[in-house]
Amino acid sequence: MPIIELLDATKRYGDGPVVLESLSLKVERGEFVALLGPSGCGKSTLLRVVAGLSPLTSGAVTVAGSSPEHAREKMAFIFQEATLLPWLTVQGNVEVPLRLRHETKETREARASALLELVGLATVANYYPRQLSGGMKMRVSLARALTLSPEVILLDEPFGALDAMTRNRLNEELLRLREAQRWTALFVTHSVQEAVFLSSKIVLLGANPGRIHRVLENPLPYPRTAETRETDGFQQLSARLAAELRQTPMPTL
Amino acid sequence: MNSRAKWILPIVTGVVLLGLWMLAKYTLGYLLPAHSADNPLVPLPAYLLPGPLEVVQAFMEERVILAGAAWDTLRAAAAGFIAAAGFGFAIALLLGNSLQLRTAFYPWIVFFQMVPVIVVAPIIVIWIGSGITSVALITFMISFFPVVANTTQGLLSVEANRLDLFRLYNARWWQTLLLLRVPNALPYFFTGLQIASSLAVIGALTGEIFIGSASSTGGLGFRIIVYKSQFKIPALFATAFTACLLGFAFVGIVAWLRWLALRHWHESIRRKDV
Repeated sequence: MPIIELLDATKRYGDGPVVLESLSLKVERGEFVALLGPSGCGKSTLLRVVAGLSPLTSGAVTVAGSSPEHAREKMAFIFQEATLLPWLTVQGNVEVPLRLRHETKETREARASALLELVGLATVANYYPRQLSGGMKMRVSLARALTLSPEVILLDEPFGALDAMTRNRLNEELLRLREAQRWTALFVTHSVQEAVFLSSKIVLLGANPGRIHRVLENPLPYPRTAETRETDGFQQLSARLAAELRQTPMPTL
Repeated sequence: MNSRAKWILPIVTGVVLLGLWMLAKYTLGYLLPAHSADNPLVPLPAYLLPGPLEVVQAFMEERVILAGAAWDTLRAAAAGFIAAAGFGFAIALLLGNSLQLRTAFYPWIVFFQMVPVIVVAPIIVIWIGSGITSVALITFMISFFPVVANTTQGLLSVEANRLDLFRLYNARWWQTLLLLRVPNALPYFFTGLQIASSLAVIGALTGEIFIGSASSTGGLGFRIIVYKSQFKIPALFATAFTACLLGFAFVGIVAWLRWLALRHWHESIRRKDV
């Protein structure tokens, strides 16, 4: 049974244009699915629908067999911005989901410390977000997303605002973290290279309205490292996807 | 800007202002009939514009009375200000959490803020009587609105993604309030407090001018009436400076509390040189 399933999903904001139209998609447990498409094609909307943050106009969406609202405990969401709470330390930020669950102080501290160790930020646990670089903030956001050991992580262009070098390093780190926990990922991006490097499946979306243009299986084997980007397979798939992307309907500017 | 300049610049400005004051005192005499070609430097008399030394002298002569009056004003202003801060924050919590309450009450809070203190003061005397309670109540009325308005704004200005984050973790409304909305509103609350702190002393003085005070000295507002009727203009200036110092102390204490609460994380504290 797929862990995420969208069936004939249509989304429209009020009387505005249709953002997503008759979109059907199945994501199997353990898959890393990249949603690739031009800005404005409804990628983020699709992610918000799966998270239960935005209801569908028609159609259905299920996560782990139930409605997104009932499956929230199994999901984590990473936003484009790190969305850290500036008044809390790094440690405090990672503890937020556990505080909301009324976990004891000892449990919270132990879990947050372990995760900060995992993302390489143990030494800055007592820093405040303003003291961190953009990449470090995203790693805190990543650690926070992992606190409740989610089965599904929804990532909305989390590295879009970072420089290319930091983005590449965080992509590698993301895959390293996933090796250990094997969560399912639905990853929104408009970067072809990022989609090819991370995903096991790539869903190409077109705009006006948002529809699935093509679904491609990514044959590149895991684990992937920085060297993966130098391989012929990576280059060829990236070139093919870039060409496909040019064929997709673009949003009106 | 380096730390030395932060101290020196206001002092230089103060010296320049003092110089302008002296200049006005000793040159505007040209406008008086007593001016003549033989006697070009006629200083303005103290009842029109006392010089700085005359004000200092008046301050020294009246220091015991002024200190007592300042204490009375301080007590009334502090009581009204603290009540405005606490009550204002509590009301903002209610307004920030309920669209219905906000819609029903916020326009009325704005409306009552528009009622002039001059009109309210006599009514308060009739209801409560003269004394520190009435002065504190007027201070409360004048300080309350900035706290409510700013704090409510802060409670409502939470970034949408942060609210979504709390929704995704199934946070209860009170968790969202305590862990997200209230900390987010703190900078706004302190902005409200800063405005209120500068208004508190003005409110207390206004109250004292209209109401007087039950104590022997009667507050700085009461001293203003007394010195004016006695034509003690240098003492009136000394009273004004005492009131300014009191207001400055209020603003300073609030600025310090703001720094204590926000120093670790808020941009306004961290980036003073912008």
